[in-house]
Amino acid sequence: MDFRVGDDQRELTEGIRSMVQGRLPLEHLRAREGEERAIAADDWAALGETGVFALTLPEPAGTGLGLADAAVVFEELGRALVPGPLVGTFLAASGGLVAGAAEGSACVGLHTTGRPGPVLVEHLGSLDALLVLDGGGTSQLLSPAPVGGAPRVEHPLDPLTPLWHLDALPFGGAVADDDGRLWHHGAVLSAALQVGHAVATLDLAVAYAKERQQFGKPIGSFQAVKHLCADMLVRAEVARAAVHAAACLCDAPDVVGSEAAAAGCAPGQMLERSVSGAKLLADEAALANARAAIQVHGGMGFTWEVPLHLHLKRARVLSTSFGTPAAAALALAAYA
Amino acid sequence: MDLRYTASEQTFRSELRRWLRATLPTVGAPPPHDDWPARRAYDLNWQRLLFDAGYAGVDWPAEGGGRGASPVEQLIFKEECERAGAPYVGVNFVGLLHAGPTIIAEGTPAQKERYLPAILRGEEVWCQGFSEPDAGSDLASLRTRAVRDGDDYVVTGSKIWTSHAEVADSCELLVRTGDAGNRGISWLIMPMDAPGIEIRPLRTIEGTTEFAELFLNEVRVPVANRVGEENDGWRVTMVTLSFERGTAFVGDLLESVRLLGEVRAVAHRLGLLGDEGLARRIGHLVAAFDALWALTKRNVSEAAQTGIPGIGGSVFKLSFSEHAQALGDLAVEVLDRAALCADPLEGPGGGALGNGEQLHAWFKSISLTIAAGTSQVQRNIVGERILGLPKAR
Repeated sequence: MDFRVGDDQRELTEGIRSMVQGRLPLEHLRAREGEERAIAADDWAALGETGVFALTLPEPAGTGLGLADAAVVFEELGRALVPGPLVGTFLAASGGLVAGAAEGSACVGLHTTGRPGPVLVEHLGSLDALLVLDGGGTSQLLSPAPVGGAPRVEHPLDPLTPLWHLDALPFGGAVADDDGRLWHHGAVLSAALQVGHAVATLDLAVAYAKERQQFGKPIGSFQAVKHLCADMLVRAEVARAAVHAAACLCDAPDVVGSEAAAAGCAPGQMLERSVSGAKLLADEAALANARAAIQVHGGMGFTWEVPLHLHLKRARVLSTSFGTPAAAALALAAYA
Repeated sequence: MDLRYTASEQTFRSELRRWLRATLPTVGAPPPHDDWPARRAYDLNWQRLLFDAGYAGVDWPAEGGGRGASPVEQLIFKEECERAGAPYVGVNFVGLLHAGPTIIAEGTPAQKERYLPAILRGEEVWCQGFSEPDAGSDLASLRTRAVRDGDDYVVTGSKIWTSHAEVADSCELLVRTGDAGNRGISWLIMPMDAPGIEIRPLRTIEGTTEFAELFLNEVRVPVANRVGEENDGWRVTMVTLSFERGTAFVGDLLESVRLLGEVRAVAHRLGLLGDEGLARRIGHLVAAFDALWALTKRNVSEAAQTGIPGIGGSVFKLSFSEHAQALGDLAVEVLDRAALCADPLEGPGGGALGNGEQLHAWFKSISLTIAAGTSQVQRNIVGERILGLPKAR
């Protein structure tokens, strides 16, 4: 057993980080705030060219890696606030559902149905297809054409996640997700994005606490501030371990049986338990860390200029897919 | 990143499991908390059984007489022992986890020969004399004085939070031999039958005598009992801490998982699970303990490759201690008035409620954010050593 983040995965992290810093720096991404298309088509294609959507496809189409590797990459994408339907396009590419998804020439949205309420679909205006998952194994792939007339929301919470308000989701072609693979993989990658947000806001808070001086000292020397930062690291590391464990279980079905025996649940429940626990903790870490980072920044944290609100808002968006944290906690009670 | 155990790790596990299944029925039930002579006998018997089977000092290096198991095997050892309900390390704790490893790393050949086999075979018990009434989190300010007199040190002062003092043979003792600060401290082996030692048991909030105060009045300790150089005791102590492989709380974590299952079962019997708020708290703890199990595997994997558990120890302890407290609070709320006493009670329709055990765990959880480095000190460590934030001092 070797559960470290491996050297290959560190290289993957470095690679995606330098690609994003070079091609998709924050000021470049923020230039599209409030626009109908949150990320330019050529930037999307650049992500595809880097292999972001094809990581788990066998060579030569992809790189033949596992979901654990994809989780490491998605953590970086969250960290850098890269917008767009990242998880939907990845799932469409890995399942061979939509031509061009792997290369980044197609954009595939994702909508997970949950509580009744208004139907708000992300990124609809730039989609070639929309994957709808309900977690019960009945997934659909929609062509967005029939809903072309739906109005775009004027004031979306996240300025880099445009939304469309639909009366109802139209029916599309069914996609089999009998073993819940699409749901599990999508939830793990959403959780990995959340870990990225939790880590990004931690880094911003720590940097600010080292530099900002009050009473003649860096505020990070005050224990009240230091302890906020320490708690942020704890939340991020615990959530990351959970996300990586869930990803490893998705990659290694042969381990699921023994892990389930040790955890005292049925093998068929182990993935669901591990994935929803990881998503729950990652959602909470992303939200709580964004809030704590805003607190460490004081008044500046409440400004539009400082990007903390973007992490907070994206974390809110992500926490409403694949079930809410409250729903996850309720479902997990069965495994105690 | 791979959760698969190797073939040799799986063999280690299955052999251990077989031995536990054959051995545990012969061990019997543990004695009451306050019966220290009986606890000593019980815990030493378990240690002797481990020794005879080749599992004594599973984490000790082979040159110290231990098994020299890898960090992953140490994890498996603790996991299997806990899941099988094997006795806790008990009075052997200080010898196996602190004093023994220190003597292996820093002791003379004569000290190794005198003390190590007795720890491994379950013949001698150790206690720890580190903290003082005025030196807790700031341990390096300790004031118990040791003055050279011929071939002896003459030691005067007081120590506190000393577990198992009443039944210990030896004490790992930190004393001041030089100037103030961490450069004037020495590490001594104090025989507990030396004249001048007064042991005063401390009652915990649970009403039991888990630890004691030691009053030392001109206790003579041979200079030959010093481990490491004079005034180098702080470094010697830090060497011991580096033996930790990320498995320190494996037993506590798995025990919490088991207790959570029992809390849920009781809540179910009492018809409380329809309360979604309560159910969510249970579910949240499932997620947290699963994540902490994953974090344990990560820390152990780091230790296996680098020899040190990395940053994970403080992170784990901060998170685990708070979740263990959340579990304790949940348990006493579920038990409601049944948690107002530790005497065994039955629920509606019969069947034990387990209120005594849950109360014990609740009290213990309260100590978890204090013992072995308070959460406030842990947050300073995380903030300063991991995140690089400036010190206040």
